[in-house]
Amino acid sequence: MGSIKDKVAIIGMGCSQFGERWDAGTSDLAIEAAGEALADAGVGPQDIEACYFSTVYAPMGGVGGTIAADALKLRDIPIIRNENWCTSGHIALFEACLAVASGMYDVVMALGVEKLKDTGYPGLGMGRGMNPVLEARRTAPGSFALIAKRYFQAHGLSDQEGKELIGRIAVKNHDNGSRTPKAHFHNKVTLEKVVAAPLIAWPLGLFDCCGNSDGAACAIVTRADLARKFRDDPIYVKGVGVAMDSSMPHLRPGFDWIHFGALMNSSRQAYEMAGIKNPREELDVAEVHDCFTITELAIYENFGFSPEGGARADIEGGFFERGGGLPVNIDGGLKCFGHPIGASGLRMTYEIYKQLQQKVDNPARQVQNPRLGLSHTFGGPPQISAVAILGNERG
Amino acid sequence: MAGIISAAAHIPYLKMERKVIGGAWERGSLPGCRSVAGSDEDSLTMAAEAAAACLGQGDRAGVEGVFFASTTAPYREKQSASLLATVLDLPVELQTVDLGNSLRAGLSALRLALDSVASGAAGQLLVASGEQRLGYPRSDQEQLFGDAGAAVLVGGDDAPLAYLGGFRVSDEITDVWRTDQDRYVRTWEGRFVSGEGYLAVMTKAIKGLLAKTGLQPGDIDRALIPAPEARSLQDLLKKTGLTGDGQAADPLLDQVGFCGAAQPLLMLAAALEQASVGQKVLLAAYGDGAEALLFEVRGPLAKPASDLARQLANRRALNSYARFLSFRDTVEPLPGEPFRLVPSATVTWRERDSLLRCQGSRCQVCGTAAYPIQRICDHCRSQDQFEAVRLSGMTGEVFTFSRDNLAGRPDDPVAVQTVVQMENGARFYGLMTDCDPAQVELGLPVRLTLRRFHDLGGFHNYFWKCRPVR
Repeated sequence: MGSIKDKVAIIGMGCSQFGERWDAGTSDLAIEAAGEALADAGVGPQDIEACYFSTVYAPMGGVGGTIAADALKLRDIPIIRNENWCTSGHIALFEACLAVASGMYDVVMALGVEKLKDTGYPGLGMGRGMNPVLEARRTAPGSFALIAKRYFQAHGLSDQEGKELIGRIAVKNHDNGSRTPKAHFHNKVTLEKVVAAPLIAWPLGLFDCCGNSDGAACAIVTRADLARKFRDDPIYVKGVGVAMDSSMPHLRPGFDWIHFGALMNSSRQAYEMAGIKNPREELDVAEVHDCFTITELAIYENFGFSPEGGARADIEGGFFERGGGLPVNIDGGLKCFGHPIGASGLRMTYEIYKQLQQKVDNPARQVQNPRLGLSHTFGGPPQISAVAILGNERG
Repeated sequence: MAGIISAAAHIPYLKMERKVIGGAWERGSLPGCRSVAGSDEDSLTMAAEAAAACLGQGDRAGVEGVFFASTTAPYREKQSASLLATVLDLPVELQTVDLGNSLRAGLSALRLALDSVASGAAGQLLVASGEQRLGYPRSDQEQLFGDAGAAVLVGGDDAPLAYLGGFRVSDEITDVWRTDQDRYVRTWEGRFVSGEGYLAVMTKAIKGLLAKTGLQPGDIDRALIPAPEARSLQDLLKKTGLTGDGQAADPLLDQVGFCGAAQPLLMLAAALEQASVGQKVLLAAYGDGAEALLFEVRGPLAKPASDLARQLANRRALNSYARFLSFRDTVEPLPGEPFRLVPSATVTWRERDSLLRCQGSRCQVCGTAAYPIQRICDHCRSQDQFEAVRLSGMTGEVFTFSRDNLAGRPDDPVAVQTVVQMENGARFYGLMTDCDPAQVELGLPVRLTLRRFHDLGGFHNYFWKCRPVR
């Protein structure tokens, strides 16, 4: 496999306010995020040569990329829509990176938008896939919760110990979210409150699950050698990795629900491209896919942030908290932003971009002098993973 | 000569004390409890469960036909027997017949099967029945009725329960009925119904059988006589002389209820669990006439994996009358989250081997077993080199699970999402049913069971769930 390390730079990013945006439709969200990104890059819509657009649900299929064309009045350029569940935003970013790295275009846009709150019900609905019965009552929490019991069993945790362990991740992310103006939720929670909250899919309670929100995020991407024409502090793409496995790991013979090939392979690809040998030491900040607290725990070990079975000590020791060895989800994560599916990958990358520029919107969560950051989404049933590693120095 | 090879019953996991129903209406209650089909069961799924138990692990290639009998078949126009045959993974060269409309349909189906085998027209025939009748809310019938499935496998000369003959009468009477518009069972005045209907006509059939076969009432060792309520049965036994101690079998009214067309097959399954060689068994049924059949036990009968006593002992009490009404769509609770599913008769048909026959694949190159059927092996990637393997009869163990409060029905809110390690190494993923969610643990032994999932597309979508081994 080749490499795009230091060949591509992000020169502008934008992120809408996340939340229950009763006031905003898909177009409004796109305008909000893309407007900020274009202004940040100092370019206009006329400068965009191609747009890589991600959205999963909203609106439903059949309209392709014209949603972005209509919202932003992008005319006569390719707009390529992808839908890869929770990784859609990252994959839009990768498509943009590959497009400029190939020399085909100089300036392109990656845009992720998801409008979930127009349906009249709070969740994502029931059932998945194209089969009328096979996944008839599958839900996201019900699928990710399947990790928990295997993890607890493998590492000798009682149900109560396991629930408290993942609960600490919710406490951390909510504490971070309280310092993030664009997040959906800003409330801090105590471990007692997390553990006592209503169950969604045991052992996941209300605070173990991310919310359903509306949001959009956008990146303007160019070749690394052009980047400084646009700004003094472009952010460079150091490594990317994408790995997909079965859409139904539930049915995969031998699958152990603790080791996720998609997580391990996507992170390995990105580490190798970025030249990272020890992510725990070399990364300064990471945004990972905390759709559910148990997911974040599994990612620690599958990404090599913690040794196998070592997540407990790291969580209890505060390693992933603000000021810890590797702050994870320092903006509050999906826990506090909610998860407008097609937008999340770009929203997480937005936080890393701002952290590396030392320009986050609330200095109270700024990591001091970061060099390398990672953003990551993990979706579907837990088997579609995408990783981006960014840095603020070229070469 | 024809006879019965095996029989099995399926009693739903849920039972309801009749005082719960009576109490909900602030009226008197009948004694005992009734069985209640789960929110995912119907007459067909209950029949399917009984039929699978009846066939057991034996070779199914000899079954040449399936007769399904019910007054509450899931479709008004579309056969149930064909679906039953498919979920039992029977060969397609098969006769499938539905019988309905009469409470006698279960016994008539059995007798037609016996006659068919006796005539040499068929080798083995499977007769299955399931019932889920609705009594009017607040009626006696609401308390009296039960839900159950039962199945009987009919075979030839070597069948251990030999069929000796039958007698039947036809009778036109509007005593118990539902029109094509009715949801609930209607009845005429009780004394007329029991006196001129059940008592008079059953007496004719039973006495007719005894006369035809030259037997006295005392020659009958076991009289299996269903009854809509206990009083009528006592009157009938007196009139027919079947009053010997223990001669008449328990009609199962106190523990199960009256299960319509399924009741004679249910009682037969219960009786065969305790039959001994040489016994003469009388089996009767009432409905628009009556019918009585005579059998003799000629050899040992195979016991199903889970006998009736075990099923009755392993049930869960449903204590909510509101949920009972909701399960039957009598009341409509607040809707839950909508399905994001695409109902498709085409997909259901094309994928029938996996979805209905419950077949997985076993790679002929590396041996990896998977569900549903995989054209390309998940392990060695060999293409189209697999044998189909039926998973529905296998046991498995819970590999992992969660108790999902979003996925359930509003009236049945906790869905146990389960990954099952099947005994052949394949994984099954789905919902666990017939369980106490709080008792689910890793390693819990489970089996697969056909259930009704939803009615998107305007048709019934059936699929498999797992349930703890009972």
